[in-house]
Amino acid sequence: MSGRLPRLWLALVYLLLYVPIAVLLLYSFNDARTGYRWGGWSLRWYRALFANDTLMDSLWNSLALAAAAATLATAIGALTAFALHRYRFRGRELMHGLLFVVMMSPEIVLAISLLALFLLVGLQLGFTSLLIAHLTFCLPFVVITVLARLAGFDARLLEAARDLGASEARALYTVLLPAILPALLAGWLLGFTLSLDDVVVSTFVGGPSYEVLPLRIYSMVRVGLKPEVNALGTLLLVFSLLALALSQLLLNKQKS
Amino acid sequence: MTSPLLSLRAIGKAYAGRPVLLDLSLDVLDGEFLTLLGPSGCGKTTLLRLIAGFEHPDQGSIQLAGADLTAVPPERRPLNTVFQQYALFPHLDVFGNVAYGLRRERRPRAEIDLRVREALDLVQLGEFARRKPQQLSGGQQQRVAIARALVKRPRLLLLDEPLSALDAKLRRQMQLELKRLQRELGIAFVFVTHDQEEALSMSDRVAVLHAGVLQQLGTPREVYERPANLFTARFVGETNLFPARVLETQGERVVVDCAGQRRTLPTPGFAPHAGQAVNLLLRPEDIRVLGPDADHGLPGTVIERNYKGSTLDSLIRLDSGQEVLVSEFFDEDDPAFDYRLGETVKVSWVDGWEWMLPADG
Repeated sequence: MSGRLPRLWLALVYLLLYVPIAVLLLYSFNDARTGYRWGGWSLRWYRALFANDTLMDSLWNSLALAAAAATLATAIGALTAFALHRYRFRGRELMHGLLFVVMMSPEIVLAISLLALFLLVGLQLGFTSLLIAHLTFCLPFVVITVLARLAGFDARLLEAARDLGASEARALYTVLLPAILPALLAGWLLGFTLSLDDVVVSTFVGGPSYEVLPLRIYSMVRVGLKPEVNALGTLLLVFSLLALALSQLLLNKQKS
Repeated sequence: MTSPLLSLRAIGKAYAGRPVLLDLSLDVLDGEFLTLLGPSGCGKTTLLRLIAGFEHPDQGSIQLAGADLTAVPPERRPLNTVFQQYALFPHLDVFGNVAYGLRRERRPRAEIDLRVREALDLVQLGEFARRKPQQLSGGQQQRVAIARALVKRPRLLLLDEPLSALDAKLRRQMQLELKRLQRELGIAFVFVTHDQEEALSMSDRVAVLHAGVLQQLGTPREVYERPANLFTARFVGETNLFPARVLETQGERVVVDCAGQRRTLPTPGFAPHAGQAVNLLLRPEDIRVLGPDADHGLPGTVIERNYKGSTLDSLIRLDSGQEVLVSEFFDEDDPAFDYRLGETVKVSWVDGWEWMLPADG
């Protein structure tokens, strides 16, 4: 008896988590023209999706932006984390604390201040402004992730590498890099997903020349949502699950 | 054991104004096993790191086989280190760890294979080549660390308290094994430890360090039997200290007064003068316990008896309040041997077995 109630509770929680996603998945294969009746299995919304150029364009825009922002954030963030970890300098604590300010501040504040900044320097709103903005909010997550990994890194391993004939750069590449690779990967994925589903910042600093997916969908909602969005959602879901599985596979391979 | 392989000249090093090493000079001979012995914080690890190239001396120079090493980075010094916690690369297997140094030299694959196998066989780990370090016991990790350093065929191997993480039995085993390796390979070892027993049993020479200053450099026997000063005497083994005063010198002999006892002793290594305060040092095994009726010796009471198998250790409190540690070899046929707790006895020694140091030394 005692085991049943918690199990029921757990089932309820998972139902709450996954029912919306399941509905989306199911309805992406629904043949009915308007949303909420079941009209049998079909791939018509997938065909419609691939035929919808504006939607597909915004998808590629979003993926390219997310990849660029995540890659840049990982590169800059890893170097920042290394500097914060390795060197003791004036203002180090402050720099570390400022990371959290960016992470914790409401997105709307970040959006408005970035917009103000871009207007001030006269930057045309478009891909560049979006990239800089996304880079800004991805960066602290990468730095924190890599810093956590570096904290567990035994610096004597670098000394051992140099003792065995590796130059400083070679030691970093052959010993430090493998050690923090999982963190780099995790940071990249985190940045990628953060960028991909950002609405608030993109609304402010995006421009008509470079429309991203969340904004495109948002504007479609106003004129009536078509079921092809369900198909798009399903594809994105499969894509993220594949990315997750891939990263897990890579991490496990590293461990064993 | 001929020419100096490594020469340290007038090395000085300070951290944030606090001196760690003071004007230290030391030679390591080719093929010898030299131990840097001292309590924690004495500067022995810093000295090792200076030799390895991880730290740079504020003053002085380091030479290896005639070549100046002082400004050479660690990767270009022909010596290797076995680290305290082994510092094995966790993402590489045993083979990869041992091969690391050879790969940095860009050796051909076949040569790397061969030399890594040889090195692993040398430390009896041939079958573990594909294991990750985390899958090995502490003793096995230790062997990998040794193989990884030796595979580079260094002229000099530095070992930073390599046995401190092992339990007592494994430690003893590894001591013998290290000694065997050192003899077979003929490589000079510089071994850092705070364990004086380890230092005495393994080394050709021992360098005793304290507060950044080299206290004594000598064979284990010299360091134990003829300590240069009180610090060495106390740090290396147990010692009893009897204050005395020089009464007169008589050619090869010197007459001293030790707690009212007049003793004629051989002249020590320094020139004593009448009236000088000296200390007589005696190892526990050099002390003789006599009955209360003996015509010489310092009177006292037995306050502790510990049976240690081959020896019997006693603590005797002299009437002056000083406590004396005595270690006697067990001889059950000796009737005078078995003193009981609380029994009054006299403590003495054979003249000439003591080691005399000036009291201000």
